[in-house]
Amino acid sequence: MSTHVEVRKTYKLYIGGKFPRSESGRSYAVHAAPSRSGRPGAFLANAAAGSRKDARDAVVAARGAFPKWAGATAYNRGQVLYRVAEVMQGRAAQFEQEVAAAEGLTAARARATVEAAIDRWVWYAGWSDKLAQVLGGLNPVAGPYFDISAPEPTGVVAVLAPQASSLLGLVSVLAPVIVSGNTAVLVASQDRPLPAVTLTECLATSDVPGGVVNVITGRTAEIAPWLASHRDVNAIDLAGATDNANTAGTADGKAVTWGDLERAAADNLKRVLRPAGSGAAAVEPDWAPTPDLSRMTAFLETKTVWHPKGR
Amino acid sequence: MSVPDTVVGTRLDPAVDATPDPLARARDLLGVSRLSDTALTRWLHALPGVDQVGAEARAASLGTRSIKAASKAWAIDLAISMIDLTTLEGADTPGKVRGLAARALNPDPADPSTPSPAAVCVYGDMVPFAREVLQGSTVRIAAVATAFPSGRASMPVKLADTRDAVANGADEIDMVIDRGAFLAGHYRQVFDQIVAVKEACRRPDGTSARLKVIMETGELVTYDNVRRASWLSMLAGGDFIKTSTGKISPAATLPVTLIMLEAVRDWREATGQQLGVKPAGGIRTSKDAIKFLVAVNEVAGPDWLDNHWFRFGASSLLGDLILQRQRLAIGAYSGADYVPDDSPGIY
Amino acid sequence: MATFDYAPAPESRAVVDLQPSYGLFIGGEFVDGSGEAFKTINPATEETLAEVAEASADDVDRAVKAARAAYRGVWGRMSGADRGKYLFRIARIMQERSRELAVLETLDNGKPIKESRDVDVPLAAAHFFYHAGWADKLGYAALGPDPRPLGVVGQVIPWNFPLLMLAWKIAPALACGNTVVLKPAETTPLTALLFAQICQQADLPPGVINIVTGAGATGQAIVDHPGIDKIAFTGSTRVGKMIAREIAGTRKRATLELGGKAANIVFDDAPLDQTIEGIVNGIFFNQGQVCCAGSRLLVQESIADDVERRLKRRLATLRVGDPMDKNTDVGAINSRRQLDRITELSAAGEAEGAIRWDTDCPLPKNGFWFRPTVFTGVSQSHRIAQEEIFGPVLSVLTFRTPAEAVAKANNTPYGLSAGVWTEKGSRILWMADQLRAGVVWANTFNQFDPTSPFGGYKESGYGREGGRHGLEAYVRTGGAA
Repeated sequence: MSTHVEVRKTYKLYIGGKFPRSESGRSYAVHAAPSRSGRPGAFLANAAAGSRKDARDAVVAARGAFPKWAGATAYNRGQVLYRVAEVMQGRAAQFEQEVAAAEGLTAARARATVEAAIDRWVWYAGWSDKLAQVLGGLNPVAGPYFDISAPEPTGVVAVLAPQASSLLGLVSVLAPVIVSGNTAVLVASQDRPLPAVTLTECLATSDVPGGVVNVITGRTAEIAPWLASHRDVNAIDLAGATDNANTAGTADGKAVTWGDLERAAADNLKRVLRPAGSGAAAVEPDWAPTPDLSRMTAFLETKTVWHPKGR
Repeated sequence: MSVPDTVVGTRLDPAVDATPDPLARARDLLGVSRLSDTALTRWLHALPGVDQVGAEARAASLGTRSIKAASKAWAIDLAISMIDLTTLEGADTPGKVRGLAARALNPDPADPSTPSPAAVCVYGDMVPFAREVLQGSTVRIAAVATAFPSGRASMPVKLADTRDAVANGADEIDMVIDRGAFLAGHYRQVFDQIVAVKEACRRPDGTSARLKVIMETGELVTYDNVRRASWLSMLAGGDFIKTSTGKISPAATLPVTLIMLEAVRDWREATGQQLGVKPAGGIRTSKDAIKFLVAVNEVAGPDWLDNHWFRFGASSLLGDLILQRQRLAIGAYSGADYVPDDSPGIY
Repeated sequence: MATFDYAPAPESRAVVDLQPSYGLFIGGEFVDGSGEAFKTINPATEETLAEVAEASADDVDRAVKAARAAYRGVWGRMSGADRGKYLFRIARIMQERSRELAVLETLDNGKPIKESRDVDVPLAAAHFFYHAGWADKLGYAALGPDPRPLGVVGQVIPWNFPLLMLAWKIAPALACGNTVVLKPAETTPLTALLFAQICQQADLPPGVINIVTGAGATGQAIVDHPGIDKIAFTGSTRVGKMIAREIAGTRKRATLELGGKAANIVFDDAPLDQTIEGIVNGIFFNQGQVCCAGSRLLVQESIADDVERRLKRRLATLRVGDPMDKNTDVGAINSRRQLDRITELSAAGEAEGAIRWDTDCPLPKNGFWFRPTVFTGVSQSHRIAQEEIFGPVLSVLTFRTPAEAVAKANNTPYGLSAGVWTEKGSRILWMADQLRAGVVWANTFNQFDPTSPFGGYKESGYGREGGRHGLEAYVRTGGAA
């Protein structure tokens, strides 16, 4: 029996619909979750270690993609996102393997997680053409005016993906951002980035326009401050700025807290979705329960339009 | 009679019509060689639209101006001097018209400083009776004509109606436009009718009765129509644009008058020619009248604060103005028994 | 008298019972402040109206404790129906005392009495009426499962619409079951203090509303106080950013209603006479001291001259002067400081080459005044096209196509409001889609209503006030603590 020499994959970034290497040329080793007994996990792959310049490029791509994606019909966005779920389903086996390795789950738990993630994507996809009806409507003003409020996407949203839940958490933060027409620059789970990379392949082979989702792998604490302070980013989701990510350190080794990121975000008054937890502590929530609208409304603006009614 | 001329400013009408050939002028203004419905439509529909809510809000804000003391006394006298004191009833008799005219000459017997209204306004057949009383006074005689108020008659009838009134001694003719033709888009027809009536206002001596053109805005319904009808009437040579007959409600609202004031203001800017505005019907109180004067002042400008350029078509308004005038003069509220009224009317 | 000269028609001051000095309103009572009392003046005359206590950090702490106690003890547990009835009471009393409120607002702020009488006060009362009805219906507001109050809300409001901004803040907070510590602006504290009396008159439980007067330090003390669950701020973008930084890393929530540089866009098919009114209302309402003021007029080049001519003709009829005169259209600038800023930016506009025009109307000797001013020949790169002047100064720019109008309108860090004037319906809807602003007024401007959410995109802040949307800022939902 001949031995097949495995063709190993080079994991790259996903920016503007393309798969570039990090401009920094750096990569980092990704390992499986440590075993229960604490043995280090097996080496899985080298992932690109994205830099601030990669983040900058991703913001440019996201800004470029915003007008068309926001301007697409809600029906179209729903179709496009549903198509992503179809592609994810086709890759379920690969996701299961990656999730199992990343999160140290049994095959059965991994399968359940992947199924939940696909279902979560479908759940959000279906919201595209309902949000405006649920969140918007006519305002009965005391005058001869037609006055209507409707939600609109806020713009480019930076997303720090959850550190622990590599696929279900990832989907739970990404889908609500883009379903309403925002474009996203997502920093993948630092230690568990591979499901995110596979998701980018699903996105690239579905109908999601390039630039709508951009994914940077690498050190959260290094990249996140640049996104938090970026003036062309309209909002930031700090889900992944949990305590377990802080110590990863910037280039100079300093820890970054979610408070630091929120403070930086104040410079252009970004909308900030804080991490779960109480006080300064930031924890990752259980992603299993069906969400409410809050992760979508966090990145929506309400626009109100007035017009006189006359003959 | 003695009235301060700074207030009344009634002047003798210019003897000769300033618009000898409205058709030529219209072609020139529109830049066309043939004044067709199409050309008129293009021109009238190129006028800026009127947003109803915005126009009404502006009118309402003008209505909140607070006029006090000396300004109020002045405004009341000005308003009295701008009245076309009107009776237009099937039951009008020579006696009633004589009474109305007498009242115009002497609106408040207790106070001879009270100015006279600008004119009395009657049906054409009543002109001779008004004339008996008013001859030699500053009070003009206006006659409604052209099958007032509906205007539903053939042109020869309308023209005969007009000529008859002028021949009877009318100084001013209040005609109605053919609203049906206007609403059907037959602008040239409306234009021609106004031109013809204007021609019929001419007297043998070459002078002319002033022509007020009634839009009957209550039937035109939209402010866009009011604006277009105003411009069409001005184009055709009307000396005044007038809101209503008084027989249709709503009649002279403040917003409609506002649109007309904008029209004469913009017409003067476009042509150099100043024309008059006459709201008629529904203006009953001094408070109302003063709101209209505020609108005249702020929209068209002070040049129009003169009864040569602005009139109120009204009957009961005079009584209220006199009451307010007495209130200012005696420092106490007066009552209807102190205001002689020969003409309880329909306006 | 040869012209129509409106005699002065001053509103009577007698309706207002001004006290020589005012304390803080904490726990349902007026108490002394421990800071140094300051004067509030009438900006139209520079006369001192009253002395007002300054709340120190300790005073703010007392106010927060009073609010917390009222939240725990009474208001947080009261049924929505009962909360609503208190709000209805407040609304009614505001209507009954509307003249008093309007006169006091005009004295303290400098705005024309016709605006405080016809806009500020009735709208403020309407906000209480609207939110009163929500108090027992929050479950139907699609806010999420199980809406509950946040706790103690710190509110800091500006001087341009003192009472109205108070109503925008307090009515939804109370309807949702929160208690309040509110700081009015230091130049306009009086109607808030009269509102405190109204709370007493309504028998509102002590501590539900606390009014602390003072300047920036007092506001800072509210923002910093650990017992505050949420900050609601209306004011400058600069201070809004400071607040956002202060509360970063905490669990305090915030809604921020900040500055703007709204484009008022006029197409060649606009309803011209109403457009002129809309331009005037857009920038001269409240002396232009309005965050959503239409301070950038974008006119289609083909009608720019005509619009400019008509606009100037209209401005000549504006009556500038005594705010207490019912015929005054443009009143006093609120403070010397604000007047200096307007003066400075207008000078910059001239220096940068824009053409300055004003109405040349006479101005009163005392007080803070600025003539309605129009700059033509303005470019996007001029400071007067970029910075919020917050005064009666209009910058006129031109455009050629709808796309250019949109690009220029959106070319600003702000995104509060915009105006569009055209008779073409499809263009209005397209423009409304394209404009990155929280409120788009089409063929109208500066319309407000309690049912209609108001708030900005981008650096104009976040959160909405008014309408169902405004409630979101004052509740927590779901299982989260």
